Amino acid sequence: MSLIPRDRRLRDLAILLGMALVLTAAFYAFPDNLAFATRVIIMMIFVLSLDFVLGVAGVSTLGHSALFGAGAYAAGLCAAHGWNEPLLGVVAGAAAAAFVALLSGLFLMRTRGLTLLMLTIAVTEVLGELANKFSDITGGADGLDIVMGPILGVFKFDFRGQVGYVYAACMLLLVFAFLRILIASPFGLAARGIKESPARMRAIGAPVYWRLVAIYTLGGALAGIAGALSAQSTSLVSPAVFDFQLSANALIMLILGGAGRLYGALFGTLVFMSVHEVAASVDPFNWLFIIGALLLAVVYVAPAGLLSLPDLVKRQLRFSR
Amino acid sequence: MNTFASICIDGVAYGMILFMISVGLSVTMGLMRVVNLAHGGFAMLGGALAHYGMAALGLNFAVSALLAILVVVALSAPMERVLYRPLYRMGELQQVLATIGITFLMIASVSLWLGTSILQIRLPASLSGAVNLGFRTLPADRVFVIVAGIVVIGALYMLIERTRFGVKLRAAVDERDAAACLGIDTSRLFSRTFALGAALAALGGIMGAGLLPIDAYYPLRYMVLFLVVVAVGGLGSIAGSFVAALGLGVLDTAARYLAPDYGTIFFYVAMIVILGWRPHGLLGRGEA
Amino acid sequence: MSAGLQIRGLSKSFGGLAVAREINFDLAPGDRKALIGPNGAGKSTFANLLTGALTPSAGEIRLDGRDIGRLGEAARVKAGIAKTFQITTLFQDLTVRENILLPVLERRGAALRMFRRADADAQANAEVEALMAQFKLNPFAEVRVGDLAYGQQRLVEMTVALALKPRILILDEPAAGVPTGENHLITDAIAALPADLSVLIIEHDMALVFKVARAIVVLVAGAILVEGAPREIAANPRVRDLYLGSRHG
Repeated sequence: MSLIPRDRRLRDLAILLGMALVLTAAFYAFPDNLAFATRVIIMMIFVLSLDFVLGVAGVSTLGHSALFGAGAYAAGLCAAHGWNEPLLGVVAGAAAAAFVALLSGLFLMRTRGLTLLMLTIAVTEVLGELANKFSDITGGADGLDIVMGPILGVFKFDFRGQVGYVYAACMLLLVFAFLRILIASPFGLAARGIKESPARMRAIGAPVYWRLVAIYTLGGALAGIAGALSAQSTSLVSPAVFDFQLSANALIMLILGGAGRLYGALFGTLVFMSVHEVAASVDPFNWLFIIGALLLAVVYVAPAGLLSLPDLVKRQLRFSR
Repeated sequence: MNTFASICIDGVAYGMILFMISVGLSVTMGLMRVVNLAHGGFAMLGGALAHYGMAALGLNFAVSALLAILVVVALSAPMERVLYRPLYRMGELQQVLATIGITFLMIASVSLWLGTSILQIRLPASLSGAVNLGFRTLPADRVFVIVAGIVVIGALYMLIERTRFGVKLRAAVDERDAAACLGIDTSRLFSRTFALGAALAALGGIMGAGLLPIDAYYPLRYMVLFLVVVAVGGLGSIAGSFVAALGLGVLDTAARYLAPDYGTIFFYVAMIVILGWRPHGLLGRGEA
Repeated sequence: MSAGLQIRGLSKSFGGLAVAREINFDLAPGDRKALIGPNGAGKSTFANLLTGALTPSAGEIRLDGRDIGRLGEAARVKAGIAKTFQITTLFQDLTVRENILLPVLERRGAALRMFRRADADAQANAEVEALMAQFKLNPFAEVRVGDLAYGQQRLVEMTVALALKPRILILDEPAAGVPTGENHLITDAIAALPADLSVLIIEHDMALVFKVARAIVVLVAGAILVEGAPREIAANPRVRDLYLGSRHG
């Protein structure tokens, strides 16, 4: 009995090690594309946070950028007011996004379906308009230009983006490890239970509403980390962080890869952003043809996401034999 | 003309456009339980075709608009059959993903065909002046939109209340599972309803080109707007869509006149308040 | 103050429609009562009033003397009332083990832990193993519930309710949808329930009711028509007319 958990812990460690290796290899393989790679990594963190809220706990949201944006502005405001140590900014971003998630979650988690989708969009739009309106604080439509200090007072961001890349990569590993642990925990199991059957969760004595608020707040904190990293790596925060398009893209990446198992979030983000980078540089409308066709193909052929393709193929082979 | 009158006429005209485009979305979503993010694409297609008919083929407004709507209907029927039908059995998120994909394909197709600039739809000279009511003059194009909206509502009312199609449609929206048992050919009903919704969207797109300018990105830009009307009105409710479209249209217009630097904040706050009060929309019915 | 469940004057109406009228009902420790009645008699409403899924319009529900009539669902589970579902709402995508582990963790107050594996709680695991053994579910421990035969799913359903260590167990049509050949699975399981547990069975299948119930309550139009031992109920002419007659006549 006691061997199994230890085995699983080893497997988790091996996975983290593997990810670290891939991230290191990418660092040396694409020395001139580190800015893009950093964007991919930050987006991975964002999509992972969405996977916890939507893939694991089943909360449909099209307003995840509200939490990303809250994190970005918190980190940006910290830096603009002289607190430019990046880790501090990340903590502030996580806290601010968790706070926004908690406040809006108290209201949002009472609804579901289309109403929930629409309300999450509305919350995002309202925050975006507020960011626009209170230009004394937020810089309005122009946004905030920020200058980051060295990480822990030691590692300065460099022009080639090497420090920024390593910084984001470490954050990704941390967030991924945290989510792995979380999903295997009683709290994570209960979150899966809520996705499967809220009525049953209530019947076994779980306060589903409060659990959902907690899940949303936690997911918000992680999205806030992504927002803070994005602000720090681009040295800019503008109301664009509240774009509907950002929420929609994150959702596309997640379902593209496969929701509910973390790897899907990583893989979907990598595929989407790579295809975007290549196709959009050729012709932005070609890009829409490609992504449109890709989305339809995934939904009709592999509704559980690209990561389910190997299983699908295996099953087909077994049937044909 | 004073501000109040401007708000009223612009707001009502805007609301009529929102209604024409959103009502089909509300009914198809209520009937088929499919989240359709691509609905605005039919409005854009209508507008783009009408523009093409007038600019490239030299047709007059009425003929071009009519042909555009017919082409949209002809396109929507096979789309429903091929692209949407498999979605009815899928989850909400798959539907969102697929219909975003369809939206992207529509945007890419139109931009390939007509480019990305704004596609003007010039109203006939008789509609670009003012209507004199004796005590006040009103812009003719707005009056035209409002009159068209009233005609659409009247026609829809007759269709839903007085025809066999309407009876079947109401039965199927209210009692989806029972409809098949009652001998209603749901597959044909779905096709027709979908085509009707697309036709109304195309009409709304053409009529509303002055308020919501037509270009390739139209379906993405106004996607949320149309969905808000549906959610606030209540899924599957025609009257709900009307009340929501008119209310939100007037509210948004008033906000633009009176507090322009607050953007769309009032629009969304109103939606949050309404959905907080009635989660299934103004006239929507809760699901069991 | 007496042990068990006492219900006095319990009423519920939706708008003007009364679905439960002045119900008086007792369930003592060790009782095996069945609640029967024609369709629409208000059996499910009554069960939902007990679990807190519905709040009563009037009347009181006491458990061991304590008024629980105003508590929410989660609090009533904590107070000791558990119910199985008529239509399966089990976690289809989770394994049998996970389905049973979840209520055990909730009951033990461990469900908010975030930094410890759910399957590394030795006490909880031991409890899950014992429960699975009681219902002979061990061979299916790692099977997705969605892949189980229907009869087995009903057993998981009962195990989940028992995992909450209730003192009152409500079985809502425990044999619904189970093929007749597998009915013994259900009756055996009910027979094996702890002796001091109070059990209320809501069931259509008269054969099953007469096999497991020691007392029967007949509900008609939201009110109790008669209560008595199975033999008295079977002999009661009004019950025969109203219910048994129409189904077995």
